[in-house]
Amino acid sequence: MKFTIGWLKKHLETQKKDNELIEKLTNIGLEVESFENLSSSLDSFKVAKIVNAEQHPNADRLRICDVDIGLDNTVKVVCGAPNAKKDLLTIYAGPGSIIPKNNMKLSVSKIRGVTSYGMLCSESELNLSNESEGITELPTGKYSDKIGKNFFKSNTEKVVDLSITPNRPDCLGVRGIARDLAAAGVGKLKKIPLNNIKNNGSQKIKVSITKDKNQGCTIFGSCLIEGVINKESPKWLKEKIISLGQKPISAIVDITNYVMLDLNRPLHAYDADKIDKEIIVRNSKKGETFEALDNKEYKLGDDMCVISDKSGVLGLGGIIGGTRSGTEINTKNILLESAYFIPRSIRKTSKLLNIDTDAKFRFERGIDTHSIELGLSKAAELISEICGGKISNFDIQQTDKHEKNKIKFNVSLFEKITGFKVNDNEIIKILTDLGFEVSKEKFELNLKIPTWRPDITQPIDIVEEIVRIKGYENIETLQPERTKIKDTLNAQQKLFHFLQRSVASKGYFETVTWSFTDSKINKLFKETLKEIKIVNPISSELDVLRNSIFTNLTFYIKKNLDRGFKDISLFEIGPIFKSSKPGEQLTVIGAIKSGKISRLNWNEKERIVDVFDVKKDVIQTLVEAGYDKQSFFVRDKSPSYYHPGKSGSIYLDKDEKEPVAYFGEIHPNILKKLDIKTEGLVGFEIYMDYLRENKIKLKDLKTNFEYSDYQKSERDFAFVVDKNFKAQDLIEIISSIDKNLIRSIKIFDIYEGENIPQDKKSIALNVTIQSSEKTLEESDLEKINKLIISTVETKSGAKIRS
Amino acid sequence: MSDIKKIKDDYLNKLNNDLNIESLNQIKTELFGKNGKISNYFKKLGSLPTDERKKFASDLNSIKNELQVKIDTKLQEIETKEINSKLENEKVDVTLPEREFRRGKIHPVSQVIDEISSIFSEIGFSVEEGPDIENEHYNFTALNTPDNHPARDMHDTFYLDNNKELLLRTHTSPVQVRTMLNGKPPFKIIAPGRTYRSDSDQTHSPMFHQVEGLHIDKDINMGHLKGCLNYFIKSFFEVDKIKMRFRPSHFPFTEPSAEVDIGYEIKDGKIVIGEGNKWLEILGCGMVHPNVLKNVKVNPDKYQGYAFGIGIDRLGMLKYGINDLRAFFETDYRWLNHFGFDPLDVPSNYRGLSR
Repeated sequence: MKFTIGWLKKHLETQKKDNELIEKLTNIGLEVESFENLSSSLDSFKVAKIVNAEQHPNADRLRICDVDIGLDNTVKVVCGAPNAKKDLLTIYAGPGSIIPKNNMKLSVSKIRGVTSYGMLCSESELNLSNESEGITELPTGKYSDKIGKNFFKSNTEKVVDLSITPNRPDCLGVRGIARDLAAAGVGKLKKIPLNNIKNNGSQKIKVSITKDKNQGCTIFGSCLIEGVINKESPKWLKEKIISLGQKPISAIVDITNYVMLDLNRPLHAYDADKIDKEIIVRNSKKGETFEALDNKEYKLGDDMCVISDKSGVLGLGGIIGGTRSGTEINTKNILLESAYFIPRSIRKTSKLLNIDTDAKFRFERGIDTHSIELGLSKAAELISEICGGKISNFDIQQTDKHEKNKIKFNVSLFEKITGFKVNDNEIIKILTDLGFEVSKEKFELNLKIPTWRPDITQPIDIVEEIVRIKGYENIETLQPERTKIKDTLNAQQKLFHFLQRSVASKGYFETVTWSFTDSKINKLFKETLKEIKIVNPISSELDVLRNSIFTNLTFYIKKNLDRGFKDISLFEIGPIFKSSKPGEQLTVIGAIKSGKISRLNWNEKERIVDVFDVKKDVIQTLVEAGYDKQSFFVRDKSPSYYHPGKSGSIYLDKDEKEPVAYFGEIHPNILKKLDIKTEGLVGFEIYMDYLRENKIKLKDLKTNFEYSDYQKSERDFAFVVDKNFKAQDLIEIISSIDKNLIRSIKIFDIYEGENIPQDKKSIALNVTIQSSEKTLEESDLEKINKLIISTVETKSGAKIRS
Repeated sequence: MSDIKKIKDDYLNKLNNDLNIESLNQIKTELFGKNGKISNYFKKLGSLPTDERKKFASDLNSIKNELQVKIDTKLQEIETKEINSKLENEKVDVTLPEREFRRGKIHPVSQVIDEISSIFSEIGFSVEEGPDIENEHYNFTALNTPDNHPARDMHDTFYLDNNKELLLRTHTSPVQVRTMLNGKPPFKIIAPGRTYRSDSDQTHSPMFHQVEGLHIDKDINMGHLKGCLNYFIKSFFEVDKIKMRFRPSHFPFTEPSAEVDIGYEIKDGKIVIGEGNKWLEILGCGMVHPNVLKNVKVNPDKYQGYAFGIGIDRLGMLKYGINDLRAFFETDYRWLNHFGFDPLDVPSNYRGLSR
């Protein structure tokens, strides 16, 4: 909402300085976005004279003009206007100027090979009129001695731009702002001067509001003004309209806009001669069409509130008028409309048709139901003043009385909510200044709510009115209490934080990427999950919610590889989505690693990252988080985006249904499809939701401290097994032989080749044997030795390698 | 006697020379070997007359000891020398680089969330979370923002269906609704998380992070709200004093509502929080609207309290001098390395938020 201080002072009597008013506005909830000289951007438009105009060598329609802009040298401007002739006085805009019509910023540019320094402007480009044929022609008499001077008078008045919250429609008019300021004690709200118009005769065009279901209009006030001479607005009005960044059109239209900005009372003027017999306010029928003032044809649905006549739709009530009945410069008789439309209806229709207008913006927030006549009389007065004409009586059709709402307000609620006290008299004064009718009854105030405040419906709203006018600085700052109701984090949240830092501590950079992704990449990782489309994505590359944490990680690892990084470790912990239902999401850690380990290191041999690098990271992370490695179970099944032979899944124990993690090399096809260039790419995923809560607390774990001081013995074995026999199975066979004696098993060599049959491999392992009861004798050791060999041979078909 | 003394003197002299291990062994053999000079005297002891024997034996023993000690010392000397010379040959260039290590990093958003959680933990708040996908009821209607409310236009919402029933939450406020529906007052929670709006430029990103705060009890008023936020802002920016301004504003789910500005100034091109006479808007808050309480089955005549919503990314940008919001989500390795935190730097209330 823009207005000038001068305009504000038409409603507010005040001695305060501009800055005090500005500060007050912000303090009472009318946030000041900017306060500046609007004219500054218009200063770059100069009165200029074309001293020479010649044909452009490469374009028939263009001319190269030498333009005198009051400096020592003329400037060259390429111009396409047919009227760009020698000696013409016109308006010049230099490079850097912003053209008011389209907010385009000018720069020095080459037009068909000739450099043009700026532009000669048409009236339409400057929002002076709709004249777009040719450049402005200024009268010689008035302007010949003004070459080089600013065309627009420097407007010293500053323009305030407020950001008005949706609950305050009343402040979409200057008067509402003045009222708030007056209530806040920086001045006095002036009375609106009574006008002296004479109403003559009845309004001859019949108006009716039909009793349709969900009729969007409840009041339709109108008056007929006959015999007007429509014209350009007088200077004062034009300047007001321009100062707010709007475009003057004609006196009648400008006046209706002016009243809207002044009182937040939208109006509409019809050319009365174009109305077919009568006005009917009714619901639209599906398929009806009309051409609106934005020159677009709208096709209506059912039950939109339209203003119509016998021939059809004239306009969408409270949203936009139609071209058929619009006023023009030669309009003689006008019908002025001042109506009330229900916000819900306005919102619904404008959303469906995707129309946004000043009127719509105001009606959907709620217009003062009691401002119908004020609007008619203010506008009629101005119209008759500027355009003449005879004003009819006002015709008010009304289906709802819109009586003032009442609230009982218990003053103690104020202190209860705000924590400080304001005495009753002050409360009453604030509310009265805001337009409430107040009567006191013991501790309660009986309030009649001003009709321009549709946002106020209950006592809490009254608290807000008082506290914002009184000032939020009066609220005390109380020391926060430290009482705790619940633990800060629950078990799952603790695990989240732990895993996050655990993975990072293994050399991975944490990243945060969008929850959405490119459906083309998502397809590579989504497996059996359903694609979740965003109806209105920010771009076609971010059109679905991610089904996998790897979608964005692979995308960004490529970006970093392309930046020249080679050995990258990245991870993200965040949501992936299983469906579009709330809650059907999983929290997943995805980690990915590219390139080599120990690249260009003088004392370690460099090698490409491999599946066992990520296996180590994932296992170590799980172990650090408190899960027992002894019961982990690894299967060689994994999602299709992993290398089928070099990946696996980890289960917390053999009987679990869902794996808690996957790890492995990323499938070479994925690298190819995404054009990822690296020596190796491996990754892992941990599904947090499948990690069961560790019920054993640290304090339980620690109290149970057992160890053995008896001598340890180590024995080495080498078994020849089938090539596809799993090491995990071998370890399980051995460790289950005697859990009390077999303390650890380490695989220290895998051998295939000479001396071993082609379909076999040799697994060499080291077993640590220790009793917690005694020092084992050689004979005990021999016994267990033999048991290991025989059990392994029977259970696995392996042969001990001699 | 004079013979053995001569042997002693001769050999002590020899032992004072620079010897290697072989010549030392040679000397040892010459003295104490099977036919060594000293050994031979011991053999002769038996043939001496009794009265001489005792004295001679005593002299011989003392000479033997003296020589023995000297030899041992010499031996140690030689060994030390040899080890030293061996170690000298093993010397490596310790200025060569160590073996490779990789240092991981925590994303600034995560770090800031941990900082926030730590600060609010101190004054008794617990952490709640909610789903990223919400239905229109939890995101809007239950929060006193019915369908026909213009405030909905302030949120550019991503929808997942054409009926606009399912959406990506535009704020963390639906967690308030879920928390209150699932429990009984009092409530004292924060809810950090991802939020989404279809908006993208230097200060807007289609995904960003918010933390919601909610404190509902019998007598929680705006003074508590001010106190809580004042404490939070001071703790977060690690300053003793903070200039704060509460400004009336409007959110459908709070009444009265406020926006909070903090004072700042620009010093050497950097933002300094807490001083100066410029204002920076950092959060929105207010007293939870009675309609919201009714919607979640909390009696507004008995319970009241405040809620607030803060942009996490923005807090991080201010505290750590990050200029472009979009960079948070672009995974530039250089950016992550620079703005990321060491995983061991866990913000906590006893060791402080940061180093």
